[in-house]
Amino acid sequence: MLLPVFEWCDATALGAAIRNSLWLFPVIEAVHLLGLSVLGGALLVVDLRLLGLGLKKQTIAELAAQMRPWLLGAVLVMGATGLLLFLSEAVKCYYNNAFWLKIWTLPAALLFSFTVRARVASAGGLHTSLPTRLVGAISIALWFTVAAAGRWIGFSG
Amino acid sequence: MILNFLEWLGNTSGSISLLESLYVWPLLESAHVLSLGLFVGTVVMNDLRLLGWTMQSIPVSEITRRLLPWTRMGFTVMVITGLLIFYSNPVRYYQNIFFRVKVLLLIVAGLNAFVFHRGVHQRVLEWPLETPPPHQARVAGAVSLVAWALIVVTGRMIAYNWFDCSIQPQPDWVNWAAGCVIQP
Repeated sequence: MLLPVFEWCDATALGAAIRNSLWLFPVIEAVHLLGLSVLGGALLVVDLRLLGLGLKKQTIAELAAQMRPWLLGAVLVMGATGLLLFLSEAVKCYYNNAFWLKIWTLPAALLFSFTVRARVASAGGLHTSLPTRLVGAISIALWFTVAAAGRWIGFSG
Repeated sequence: MILNFLEWLGNTSGSISLLESLYVWPLLESAHVLSLGLFVGTVVMNDLRLLGWTMQSIPVSEITRRLLPWTRMGFTVMVITGLLIFYSNPVRYYQNIFFRVKVLLLIVAGLNAFVFHRGVHQRVLEWPLETPPPHQARVAGAVSLVAWALIVVTGRMIAYNWFDCSIQPQPDWVNWAAGCVIQP
C-alpha cells in the first residue's frame, strides 16, 4: 500500500540527483554522522544526569536547558540529512527491515524526548528518583535502538 | 617493510575470518559508529564548554571530572573496535588516503589534548567561571572540535574505494599519498 509513496520519493529529482552523484551520498552521510555526535552528547549529558551518573552538583533542569539548543540543532541536522539519504534510496528502504525498525522507534524517541523527558527534566532538581532514572534509561534505550537500526540499514537488504 | 608485515597480518586466519564473517564485522562496525555518540558526543560538549558556548555557569573542572570517565569508556570501545576493523583488512586501510589523513588527524587531536592538559588546564581551578574562558582554552576547544569533526568525516569516507590502489589509473599524487606499489 505504501510502496507507491516510496516509489514517488525515489523518483524525485532530489533523490535521483543524490543517487547519481558519486560524492553527494557520502558527504550527506558524513554530515548525518556529525549530527549523531552532537545528538549523542546533548542526550547523554541529560540522560546520565537523570540516572544520577553525571554532573551531580547541577540541577537536572539547568542541564536540560543548556543542552536543549544543541539537541534541537542536532535533531534538525539529522532529520534533514536523513530525509535526503532516504529520498536517494526510498525503494531499497521499503524492503529493508532495519529501516522499518528505525521508522517506528524514531517517532517514539522524538515524542518521548519532547514530551515526557522534557517535562521530567525541566522539573528536575538536584535529586534523582525512580521516575528520573526510568526516563533516562528509556531515553538511552530508545535512541540507541534508532541509531543501531539506522546503521544496520546499510548492512541488511 | 610495514607493507610486508601488514600483508602477513591480513593473511592470518583471524584477519580472514573477521573480514568474511557475516555478523561479527557489521557488529564491530556498528559498535564503532554508535560509540561516536558517547565518545565524540562527550568530547563535543566538553569542547563547547571550553569555547564558552554552553554550560557557562558550571566550572570546567566539574564538567571534565564528570564527563571524562564516559569519554574514556567511549574511547576504549572506539580503539578496540577500530583496531579489530583495521586487523580485518590491514593492507587496504594502510593504503587508503582517507585512513592516512584520519591517522594524522588523530595525532593532531591527541597532541592538542596533551598540550591543553599540560598548559592552561593545570590552572583550571583558577578560571572556574571565567567568561569567556581563557584564550588557550578556547583554542584547544576549537582545534579539538574541528579535528574530531574531520576524523568522523574521513573515517566515513574510508568505506569508499575512489582512490584505492586497486583502481588504476590514478593521478600520481594519489598513488604517492596512498603508498601504492605500481608494477611497471
